[in-house]
Amino acid sequence: MMKIINIDKQKWAGGVESLSKSYRLFGPVKDVDCHNFKELKQGEQPDLSYGNTKLSPKSVVFPPSEAMFTYSLDESNPEHHILKDVPKDYSPRAVLGMRPCDAKAVSLVRMNFDTPEYRDPYWMDAYEATTFVGLACENPCASCFCTSTGCGPYNEEGLDVLLVDNGNAYIAKALTEKGEKLLASGGFTDAGDASAVDAKKAAAEAKITAKIETDKLSEKVIMDLYDAPFWHDVAFACINCCTCTYACPTCWCFDIQDENKGCEGVRMRNWDSCMTPLFTMHGSGHNPRDKKHQRVRQRFMHKLKYFVDKYQKGIMCVGCGRCVQQCPVNLDIRTVSKTMNDYVAKS
Amino acid sequence: MDAYITKIKAISERLLKDGTVEAVIGFREGTLPTMSEPCFIKRSDDVKDLVWNANCRINLANYLTNRKEKIAIVAKGCDSRNIVNHIIENKIKRDQLFIIGVPCKGMNDKDTGALQDNCATCTHRNPVIYDELAGDLVEEQTGVDKYADVKKVEAMTTDEKWAFFNNLYASCTRCYACRNACPLCYCPTCFVDESKPQWVGKGEDPIDVRTYHFLRAYHCAGRCTDCGSCEAACPQNIKVRQLTKKLEKDCAELFGWEAGLTLDKRPPLDTFSIDDPNDFIK
Ligand code: SF4
Ligand code: SF4
Ligand code: SF4
Repeated sequence: MMKIINIDKQKWAGGVESLSKSYRLFGPVKDVDCHNFKELKQGEQPDLSYGNTKLSPKSVVFPPSEAMFTYSLDESNPEHHILKDVPKDYSPRAVLGMRPCDAKAVSLVRMNFDTPEYRDPYWMDAYEATTFVGLACENPCASCFCTSTGCGPYNEEGLDVLLVDNGNAYIAKALTEKGEKLLASGGFTDAGDASAVDAKKAAAEAKITAKIETDKLSEKVIMDLYDAPFWHDVAFACINCCTCTYACPTCWCFDIQDENKGCEGVRMRNWDSCMTPLFTMHGSGHNPRDKKHQRVRQRFMHKLKYFVDKYQKGIMCVGCGRCVQQCPVNLDIRTVSKTMNDYVAKS
Repeated sequence: MDAYITKIKAISERLLKDGTVEAVIGFREGTLPTMSEPCFIKRSDDVKDLVWNANCRINLANYLTNRKEKIAIVAKGCDSRNIVNHIIENKIKRDQLFIIGVPCKGMNDKDTGALQDNCATCTHRNPVIYDELAGDLVEEQTGVDKYADVKKVEAMTTDEKWAFFNNLYASCTRCYACRNACPLCYCPTCFVDESKPQWVGKGEDPIDVRTYHFLRAYHCAGRCTDCGSCEAACPQNIKVRQLTKKLEKDCAELFGWEAGLTLDKRPPLDTFSIDDPNDFIK
């Protein structure tokens, strides 16, 4: 039975204060001209009046740059050339006010980091330490198309709590035990009533008019799409930056780098991007994706075909619209998806 | 603008039909109200897709690097200057190109809709090199102070400068959109991507981030046309031109040089002259 709690907005700040005693808190805060998720400093409040953040909150469990090991190359050190784990803080943390699309993205990314064969310890330990508190969207941005990606402005997948802004109060739906625990620890105990939610949800969904067409993707033959003639035209404008992949909540690729200072070193992993030539450069110097259209094709084939076929859970995109808004040359995943969806190979 | 595009389409169609060029590089309509998309048109039937508006801010010279075919390119003032750079630096041959010059009145900032910063102080709105114009030449702006913001930084104390630059790049994710949108940045492997030796770390260390920015700016010295493509491309709205403009100003003051205006002179930093200023040697 899902618990519904009423959070009077007057009590929100105090509740956040209490939460900060048992959780490391992350929330949207305004940088210079946009919002981003940051770890909240003591006494800092998340700014829940934001539209959407420039970068997604994926960084809370998947930092852009993360130290994994340290090592010493100093042979007078008896432990030289031995990788040592970097101590990590996996004490409970909570993301406050993330958008439902970004939460769904976390569950998509989990499919990659938590499989029967492999468990990525860094991502999974951070994920398990986190309680995800969502904030339903009342005023989706013009470039949001979440309703056609199997998500939506009130979507609950991946969340532990969903907050719905109801004027003077938030209606809080505790969706998991973790969520209930967080609400209790914030001192949010007033019983609430979710009767207003359905109408608000329908109103928010109705505001989303942008769409992505994906219905025929799963029936296409992979090699037909791969060999389709449109990739050069699709890719022409692309400058192969990492804007789209860094902004995307569902992009999970990383690179491993060693950095030394003198004899002491750190092995870290950094976000990587399939859009750069370096991503696939082999040690031999051969690069299987050395052309721009090959890299662009990879990004869209992964999101819109390989992922679709592998997991049968739809596309690897939640429709947050970040890549559409931020791409410097307006390469739009919705246009590409339509091109792929409509494509019929000549027999 | 409407007159421009009619002319751009007519010229493009003619060139593709009579075989003067194999392709036209221009812009087509974007999917967002403030965006146009660079495109490569090969068939005269597709010429109808071309557009011209205040969102054609990305520098198209960027798409010419090392191309082999005969190409027509739509070029506003700054694009034409970068085409000059490209020809001087052997990235494209003049006789491969048919330049459709577009006298420009400035591009709009994609977020605010206001005139882009670099356009507000631009003094080369007219293409400096072209084969045919898409409209009458426009009056060049005079009396603008191109370097007001640079002078502000120059007047700062060392500590203030340190704080200013720390702050400037604080939100940089090193997506490299600024580098990749820049027609000058065509190195097959950029120094930041080298691994033998590795010049800069690839993580989020602010020293590495700034090393990237400072070195990239120096590689643009005497070449940057202040087209603003880098700044327009940056998803984090970082004012990356603050560095390149300082070097542009230095080149103007030390060498009386403005990049991309002529095919007949080597840029000051890739040639030696007995008159080069030596005052920096103390
Ligand atoms: S699609 Fe756009 S954002 Fe992505 S790499 Fe290409 S130019 Fe950059
Ligand atoms: S592909 Fe684009 S719209 Fe889809 S989730 Fe990623 S950033 Fe958002
Ligand atoms: S485009 Fe912006 S965020 Fe990307 S590397 Fe350049 S300054 Fe940094």
